[in-house]
Parts: sequence; structure tokens; C-alpha cells
Amino acid sequence: MRFLLLILLILPLSAGAETVVLGLSRDRINITANFDGSEILVFGAVKREVPISDEEPLEVIVTVAGPSTPVVVRRKDKRYGIWVNNAAVEVDAAPSFYAVATSGPLEDVLLRVEDLRHKITTTRAIRSVGAPDDIRDSSKFTDALIRVRQQNGLYQLLEGVVAFDQQTLFNTSIRLPANLTEGGYTTRIFLTRGGAVVSDYEATIFVGKVGLERWLYMLSRSQPLVYGIMSITIAVLAGWGASAAFRLLRNS
Amino acid sequence: MQIYLPIAEVSVNAFLLLGLGGLVGILSGMFGVGGGFLITPLLFFVGIPPAVAVATSANQIVASSFSGVLAHFQRKTVDLKMGTVTLCGGLVGAALGVFAFNYLKSIGQVDLMVRLCYVLFLGIVGALMFVESLNALRKTRKAATSGRPTPTKRNKHNWVHALPFKMRFRTSGLYISVIPPLLVGLTVGVLAAVMGVGGGFIMVPAMIYILGMPTKVVIGTSLFQIIFVAAFTTMLHATTNYTVDVVLALLLLIGGVIGAQFGTQIGLRMKAEQLRVLLALLVLLVCFKLALDLLIEPHELYSLTPLEPR
Repeated sequence: MRFLLLILLILPLSAGAETVVLGLSRDRINITANFDGSEILVFGAVKREVPISDEEPLEVIVTVAGPSTPVVVRRKDKRYGIWVNNAAVEVDAAPSFYAVATSGPLEDVLLRVEDLRHKITTTRAIRSVGAPDDIRDSSKFTDALIRVRQQNGLYQLLEGVVAFDQQTLFNTSIRLPANLTEGGYTTRIFLTRGGAVVSDYEATIFVGKVGLERWLYMLSRSQPLVYGIMSITIAVLAGWGASAAFRLLRNS
Repeated sequence: MQIYLPIAEVSVNAFLLLGLGGLVGILSGMFGVGGGFLITPLLFFVGIPPAVAVATSANQIVASSFSGVLAHFQRKTVDLKMGTVTLCGGLVGAALGVFAFNYLKSIGQVDLMVRLCYVLFLGIVGALMFVESLNALRKTRKAATSGRPTPTKRNKHNWVHALPFKMRFRTSGLYISVIPPLLVGLTVGVLAAVMGVGGGFIMVPAMIYILGMPTKVVIGTSLFQIIFVAAFTTMLHATTNYTVDVVLALLLLIGGVIGAQFGTQIGLRMKAEQLRVLLALLVLLVCFKLALDLLIEPHELYSLTPLEPR
């Protein structure tokens, strides 16, 4: 099932004073029993009170970031003939999901200084303070974190997928995989000119379990004893039910 | 049909899980084992986090063992006294096992430990069972040609009979010390918690070869005590790790209990020695696959463990 999430964006853009107005038609994604990923459709427009300037064209960058958590990255080494986890680096904060969508090649639409300031690319969105002294190649661990999550569809770099019409209307869609972490997903929209950010806006989409999924999850955390007893009771009943049903089938 | 598992937090095909449960159920019905040693690695394979796979398997084993033990109660092939003694050891073992599991999880070695346990125990048990059942097959063939039954060498005296605290187990026809059953229960309890298995594949040979119990009561008795050990393990995992996924367990056990009934029917049509050779081969196959994973350089050397947000 796909949820369409519509972000309506109106950007009144005038020389000097730029204001961003954002309308969200939907601000949460529900994880139900048959949840199989979702798609966010982001679209909007640039509103101007002056004619389109002849300077360098405007570009659009959209980022969606899941909740950040610390992550331990472990590396396997061959010890005593088998592959075991050995060195470990704790990355202080890495978003559970991160997508960057742009209207052109990233190096053209974003300057390095602006990337540093706004933390737009995946490498900047991850905060890694330091590794233990005995690990010299700690950058390999952050690279591995990005690589593994890219392979799982959790980190995406979508260069040139934002359709930008007449320097005014833009839209893009970002695919969210099924293994989403619950929490607030920050959606940011940057307008850049010549690589410099001229306007930005931020909105949050809440991703959470609903219904039975939420009830079971909450029960397992708040009443683990009850949850455990319930699980065992279901198991015992199923075991008894199956043997009783088959006895009936055989006798009939 | 994709289904989102609330605790594992992944989306998996429901029919795949039903099929896995069914397959393992057929095998467990055929061989009288819980099937945990197959289902846990299979769950790793479909992308369930290891901690959830281990805890949920324990819950699934409660269902398959309960279904199995009912059939054995009807045939009066359960030694309740022996079951209770091994159970006492088993509960202590399970508590130690969950404690060890949580410690290993905190230092990032739980995956390795679970795999090593599998390779080691499946290797030993598989090899022993294979050799023993081949010998048994050869003997029955020899007996068939010479026309006289081979004398069974049960009740022989070994070190087990020299230990103190003797107790009489009427159903099994044994008068032995309670120490070996307690120790067997303890070992199986630890393994049940660490590996997410019922431990039948260790319990059954241990009862036959170490305790000298008659084969016909072994499976029922082993299943009887496994129910309680697995239920206890489920509770411990549910309360300390929050890793029991009831939706996953339900899908597996629906497939499993149906499969088990078919498996029992297949098992009744086969000779005991043939069954044991097949089970031994299956155990060795799983062992070989897991050993290979440890020895061959992994495709991805790095692994991620997200922590709770601070």
C-alpha cells in the first residue's frame, strides 16, 4: 500500500526578503499490519513578486531524515581461523533514514560551505566525534555505515530527480522502505542559486505504528510479563488446537 | 502478502513464514525434535534480527512441543518423574543462558556465539547419531539375514550408576542417581536460551546414551520438559530483551502445528533407524552451512547495531 504524502509549498520570493510558506496535506505515516513501505510526494512552487532573474538558475534540494540514534559499527577480523567481530566504533548520531533529492548534480547545486552549514549530504548528516585511540581508520567505519544503509535502501542520494519546471514548480517523490524506525521524519527543502542556499524550510512527518501493531508493541514494553504470558498462552492453545483438530479429522 | 512484524520491525511475506513453519513442523513431527535448530537459522536467513529470531523460536517451540506431547500422553510414553527432574536443571540452565545471551549481546558477540554453539553441537550430535544409526541399520540387516534378533545392550553399567542420590523412575524402568538428569537438563536449558532451540536434538541422544532410558519414552519425556524450558525462556526474553514477536510466532506456529501432524504420519511409516540416519544427515547439513559462513570471508565485514537514543 502506498501513502501519498503531499507537501504543498508556496515560496514567495522577493529580492532580499524571502519567506517560505509550507502546507502539509498529511503529516503522519501509519505503520499498519500490512505496511510495505511508503512514498512521500513533495511538491511546491516558488512565488515571486519580481520577474525571474537572469542570474544563475534556481535549484532545489529536498532532504528527508529519520530519527537519529547512536550506532555501533563493528568490523569482522579473522581470528583463530574464523571471522569474528573485533574493532568497534560508536557513531554518535546517525539518522535511521536519510534521502537527498536534488534538481541537478549535487556538486553543481550546493557549495561545500553551505553543505557544512546546513548539513545536507549524508556524510554531513552523520555526527561522529571520535574513535578509540587504537583505531586509526575510523573513517572506514562511517563509510561502512553509509554503504550498509545504502544497500538497505535507508540512505538514498537521488541526484537530478527533482523536476523543476519554469523555475517555479517543482516535485519529487521519495520512497520509504518497509523497515522504518518510528519517530519524527524531518523534511527540509532548500532553494539554491549558484550553490548558495537562498531559502529553506523544514517540516516534520510523524511515522508510527497504529492499531494492533502499536498495541502489541506498547504491551511488550510496558507490560512485558503480561505480553510473555499472552505469547505462551497463544502457543499452548495453538498446539492443543492443532492436535485436537487432527484427531477429529482422523476419527471422522 | 507482506506483513509488518511489530517487534522485529521488518516487513516479511506472511506465506513465506507459514511455509517455513510448515516445513519445520513436518521435520519435527517426523523426527520428534522441536525443530528450533532449523527455524532459528532460517529466520536469520529471511532477515529477522538474530535476537528476535532466538526469542521467538523459543515461543514457537512451546506450541510444537505441546502439540507433540499430547500425542505421547495418549500413548503413555511420558516419564513425568524423569521429566520433572530434568526440568529442574533446565530452568536453572535457561536462566543462566539468558544471562549469558544478554551479556554477549552487550559486547556484540551474540551472533558469533550462537553460530559457534550451532556448529559445535550440531556437529557432535549429527556425527554421533549418524555413526550410531548406520551401525544399527547394519545390525538389523544382519539380524534379518541370520534370522535372530540382536540382543539390546540397555541397562549396562557405566559411570552413571556409581553416583549417589539414586531415585527410581518407574516409566523408564531405571534406578539411577538424579545428578546426570539434572546436569543434562541444565546443559540443555543453557543451550535453549542461547540458541533459541528446545534442545531436543541434544536431550534425546543424552537420554538414550547417558541416562540409558528406553527409546519409546525418550521423545515424550523430552518434549514434556522442553515445553516448560521453552516457556520459561520465552518469559525471560520477553521481560529482559523485549524480543518476542508474537505475530511472527503465530505465523510460524500455525504452519508448524499443521506440519507436525503430517510429519508424525510420515514418521510412523518409516523405520526408526532410517529416520535417525536422515535426521543425522539433516543436522550435519545445517552444521556444515553454518561452519562455512564462519570460515569464508564475509561479503560485508562491517555490521551495525543501533543503540537507544540518548
